[in-house]
Amino acid sequence: MKQSQQSRIVITGVGLTAPNGNSLPEFRQNLLNGVAGVERIEVRYMGTQLAGVCHFDPLKYQKKKEVRVGTRAGSISIYCAREALADSGVSFETLPKDRIGIYVGCTEHGNVETENEIYNISKFNYDTKFWSHYHNPRTVANNPAGEASLNLGITGPAYTIGAACAAGNLGLIHASQMLRLGEVDFAVCGGISESIHTFGIFAGFKSQNALATHEDPKQASRPFDMARNGIVIAEGGCLYTLERLEDAQARGAKIYAEISGYHVNSDASDYVLPNPVRQAECVRAALRRGGFEAQDIHIVNTHATATPLGDIQECEAIRAVFGTGCPDTYINNTKSYIGHAMGAAGALELAGNLPSFDDLIVHPTINVDDLDPQCALPGLVLNQPRKVAKVDTILNNSFGMLGINSALIVRRFVP
Amino acid sequence: MTKDECKNVVLEIIADIAPDEDLSNVKPDVRLRDQMQLDSMDFLDIVMELRKRHGIEVPESEYMQLASLDSCAEYLTPKFNALAAKS
Repeated sequence: MKQSQQSRIVITGVGLTAPNGNSLPEFRQNLLNGVAGVERIEVRYMGTQLAGVCHFDPLKYQKKKEVRVGTRAGSISIYCAREALADSGVSFETLPKDRIGIYVGCTEHGNVETENEIYNISKFNYDTKFWSHYHNPRTVANNPAGEASLNLGITGPAYTIGAACAAGNLGLIHASQMLRLGEVDFAVCGGISESIHTFGIFAGFKSQNALATHEDPKQASRPFDMARNGIVIAEGGCLYTLERLEDAQARGAKIYAEISGYHVNSDASDYVLPNPVRQAECVRAALRRGGFEAQDIHIVNTHATATPLGDIQECEAIRAVFGTGCPDTYINNTKSYIGHAMGAAGALELAGNLPSFDDLIVHPTINVDDLDPQCALPGLVLNQPRKVAKVDTILNNSFGMLGINSALIVRRFVP
Repeated sequence: MTKDECKNVVLEIIADIAPDEDLSNVKPDVRLRDQMQLDSMDFLDIVMELRKRHGIEVPESEYMQLASLDSCAEYLTPKFNALAAKS
């Protein structure tokens, strides 16, 4: 093991489930073909709502009893972790299990399970002797990572990183730091969300006037469009395998990209309203850490969630950093296909753009029929994929409530 | 309720809490833990489901009565019948 704070960290595997795909090739193909994954579901107390729903098979990697005892977040983590490990080509059996870290970003955890138990005891006149003995292991904040460690027999550190909707990026950033510190030799990291199974999140956004409605579910999530009216809540997950470059090279691993810049900061200004000044500071700091100028970035994945104000503020931040002097910078958005996958969003959105290093195609933002002039950024890729001359860098923005901002830059791997 | 009927009630609960197990040949005189993967949380599930589905209470000091199908039947059948007599 040779680690240092200068160690180069690379992505060697991707496992994901999204409302429009259960593997990176399927997800990518649907992003290029404009296939959205939003549908109608029944939400307790609220009736029919729009949501991004994943359709992976939990029994691919779990026993029925594990699914019964565990959480949806746990199932998503296990599926994504197993898929990422398989994709990495690593000989998992030979890896020292105490040297593997699992770092799972999540927006929240425990709402689903708590609501279920309250509903359960409501059938018994709220007598708490009917409250499940599984409530605590299901709702501890480390549950999604802990279930993956149990399923895989990984005995290294396994925990979640609570960072609202910036959490997917933070999973990757934290894993990079732990690899550089030599705390682990192999990391499974990213973000997950089970949020569509809690009525509270739907009701909360609705009370905030931030829940999307549309007669056609697949057109409901429409960042940057004049008719956008809020968020489509989604579930999903995306976990990566990260390694120090020398370890990945020693085993001849396929390398998707290199982690080359990141930053996390806080607005310190409002519970829910984004702050474009702090967002711009976050992006600039990530550029500095990676040794980049703004014009060096070829794809910017926006966080934009399709709220009327939030999209404008992110565009203001991007405009402040990139201005009009970045002719090779293209901007897109993934939530227009799948809604907002909360803690999984950043990790999923990065994955959807990774294949651009190979095919030089930038997937578009869909559902933009009438571009909001305040969101009319140069380089915005709308409705149709665009073949470009060069993709060497991707900036992945993810922001969250309580003013947490994250910017992650990955670049094409060059030995 | 007969003891055989009682065993079937217990098996129905076990089928739900241990869905991966083959219950076609459970030996009634052998401890359940010795013939299938059941841990302490699963036994709490059996207790909870008896409470939820049938209104049967099993005090913690008597959990060992649920060790095998035979002991379940010995212990639970009178409770089921007492409940039926009340209603």
